[in-house]
Amino acid sequence: MNTSHYPVQVEHQVPERHTLAVIVDNEPGVLARIAGMFSGRGYNIESLTVSETEHEAHLSRLTIVTTGTALVVEQIKAQLGRLVVVHRVVDLTDQGDAVERELVLVKVVGKGDARVEAMRLAAAFGARTLDATLTSFVYELTGATEEVERFIKVMTSVGLVEVSRTGIAAMARGPEAM
Amino acid sequence: MAETMTGAEMVIRTLQDQGVEHIFGYPGGAVLPIYDALFHQEKVKHILVRHEQGAVHSAEGYARSTGKVGVVLVTSGPGATNAITGLTDALMDSIPLVCITGQVPTHLIGSDAFQECDTVGITRHCTKHNYLVKNVADLPRILHEAFHIARSGRPGPVVVDIPKDVQFAAGDYLRPVTNEHRAYRPQIKGDLSRIKAAVELMASARRPVFYTGGGVINSGPEASALLRELVRLTGFPITSTLMGLGAFPASDPQWLGMLGMHGTYEANMAMHDCDVMINIGARFDDRITGRLDAFSPGSRKIHVDIDPSSINKNVKVDIGIVGDCAHVLEDMVRIWRTSGIRADKEALGGWNRQIERWRGRNCLAYRPSADVIKPQYALQRLQELTKDRKTFITTEVGQHQMWAAQFMKFEEPNRWMTSGGLGTMGYGLPAAIGVQMAHRDALVIDVAGEASILMNMQEMSTAVQYRLPVKIFILNNEYMGMVRQWQELLHGGRYSESYSEALPDFVKLAEAYGGVGIRCSDPARLDDAIMEMIDTPRPVIFDCIVDKAENCFPMIPSGKAHNEMILGDAAVDIGSVIDEEGKMLV
Repeated sequence: MNTSHYPVQVEHQVPERHTLAVIVDNEPGVLARIAGMFSGRGYNIESLTVSETEHEAHLSRLTIVTTGTALVVEQIKAQLGRLVVVHRVVDLTDQGDAVERELVLVKVVGKGDARVEAMRLAAAFGARTLDATLTSFVYELTGATEEVERFIKVMTSVGLVEVSRTGIAAMARGPEAM
Repeated sequence: MAETMTGAEMVIRTLQDQGVEHIFGYPGGAVLPIYDALFHQEKVKHILVRHEQGAVHSAEGYARSTGKVGVVLVTSGPGATNAITGLTDALMDSIPLVCITGQVPTHLIGSDAFQECDTVGITRHCTKHNYLVKNVADLPRILHEAFHIARSGRPGPVVVDIPKDVQFAAGDYLRPVTNEHRAYRPQIKGDLSRIKAAVELMASARRPVFYTGGGVINSGPEASALLRELVRLTGFPITSTLMGLGAFPASDPQWLGMLGMHGTYEANMAMHDCDVMINIGARFDDRITGRLDAFSPGSRKIHVDIDPSSINKNVKVDIGIVGDCAHVLEDMVRIWRTSGIRADKEALGGWNRQIERWRGRNCLAYRPSADVIKPQYALQRLQELTKDRKTFITTEVGQHQMWAAQFMKFEEPNRWMTSGGLGTMGYGLPAAIGVQMAHRDALVIDVAGEASILMNMQEMSTAVQYRLPVKIFILNNEYMGMVRQWQELLHGGRYSESYSEALPDFVKLAEAYGGVGIRCSDPARLDDAIMEMIDTPRPVIFDCIVDKAENCFPMIPSGKAHNEMILGDAAVDIGSVIDEEGKMLV
């Protein structure tokens, strides 16, 4: 038992994975504010995707995947809400089954059987071929995180040399807009 | 109509339009245009400090004692980095500040230019918000927005970093007609259904306690008035955090004294045994809760806070109400009055009798002495001899701070300035200067320790320059007392580096600065010496030589709960009170 005068870590709850959509002013330093808040308060970022979504209104949308207990996730949302540049925070996981996709580029290098197998596997996953040389391919795949993970895993055995991933873009299902 | 002027002139005009009368600062290369604009006007008075940390603490004292936004003006690089401690202090204690920093010209940003630092990068974590202004056209909006953000919602420090070329550039100045912000909209009114539920819970309470904090002070004098009304209406006992002292009068019979690590026995026992806790504007800080898993185990908790992130951060509560204290208190008072709710008088009677028994322990008692001045005695006499005056107390950080919180009795809000969250030694003297600047005729006393005071001693020079008759009341025990107390408790009495060797002669030091020095080591002569200090219309350093071995009690030792606090009588054997694990984590 911890008998500190400082609050002890109370981990009665299991960590959960949450996907948050955050609408922010698109201005210099906004990503540093968000990322700094996470690192400063010891929260996890599993994935972070950011881009301007409404050019005229100077708004950007961040999709942040984080893990924490229910209390920690509530605190993350509240701390995001405190930042002056943040317009809205929506917990897509709380809202139900959101659509989540990410894009991956993989480069495979090989000859002979491995090369043929790489082509077959890419076709089986529905990956697009973006570049080909006599000894290499660059494939593009868009899918849920698990699918991307599986693709990377199988390509590893047929000559994968490089991976680039975007992180997750997510949206709630149904007719409601956020 | 927009007027054309330089960026530097816009800064001064904004200060005038915001009603700013005093700013605290220190010039340097990157703010010279603003200092030049300052030179050409008389409305805004500048107080030249001796170190930028002092400027920020002075502005904090000014803000805390007036309810206005404190304003700081410093240069780039070292000017900005010296301000960091003060900004962090203001963030932790929710003090409204606007700090204007100079910056190297925009074309040199990132080139490691002379006196360049990444001010917005460095201050991002110690401000409520910050700006780097790259275009003079944005400057009027940003400056006014900075004031709005600093004072509204949960107040805090805002930095506006202005490159020197932007200060020289000409542009149109127009005061924005509205404070409406694109994204920032603090919630002021509390949710009425939750407030009703809270009032019903309060009415059903058998052992209730109000636990209030600095949020009540920040909400303004009307919040303190409403708190007094609600407390008297309900008949509930009330305690407060260090930051909340003065919101409720200490002379009132319902007052339990401060709670927490060095709070009173009755306040902490009431917190532990209550069945309904009403937290208004406090944040369940670890110095308050002690051991979290043993914190007030049998109570249902109501929490009113303007910052949604404060609710359920440290302690899970039953009813969280996001809103400004004054607004929520107003609703609570109205609902209590109009719904014909009555507190359970019989249960309250029993609860009050229990509280009286706890009070009977006389937890602040100490062994008096005729030979040496006990620090508690010094503060009791200071309290007694200043109580009929308009007195403001600031403190440094350490034992003297806790004793001041225990023995000085505050009847009004905004009279008590102390560094609570950050615990900044060196806060008290510059804060006192800020207070005295705003209240020229008041008695302003910095209760200090001989170690803390040396951290911003240079500000004595500021006090002398502006004829600010602040009183520095040093409880001189030649030790960093709180460090020594913990070393006694936790480290076997090995007083590693906590003895203040080679102290200056404080009387001569006062005289060297152009002030007045008084020394007293005799309890019998103390009253006369204090009166001499009060009657001296100049800055005074009072070197009060006190008992070197005295410890600050009561105390909740590390790793213990509220109902396991140790009292002064146990002082002989306090080394055994904390277990090994607790020693790791004070």
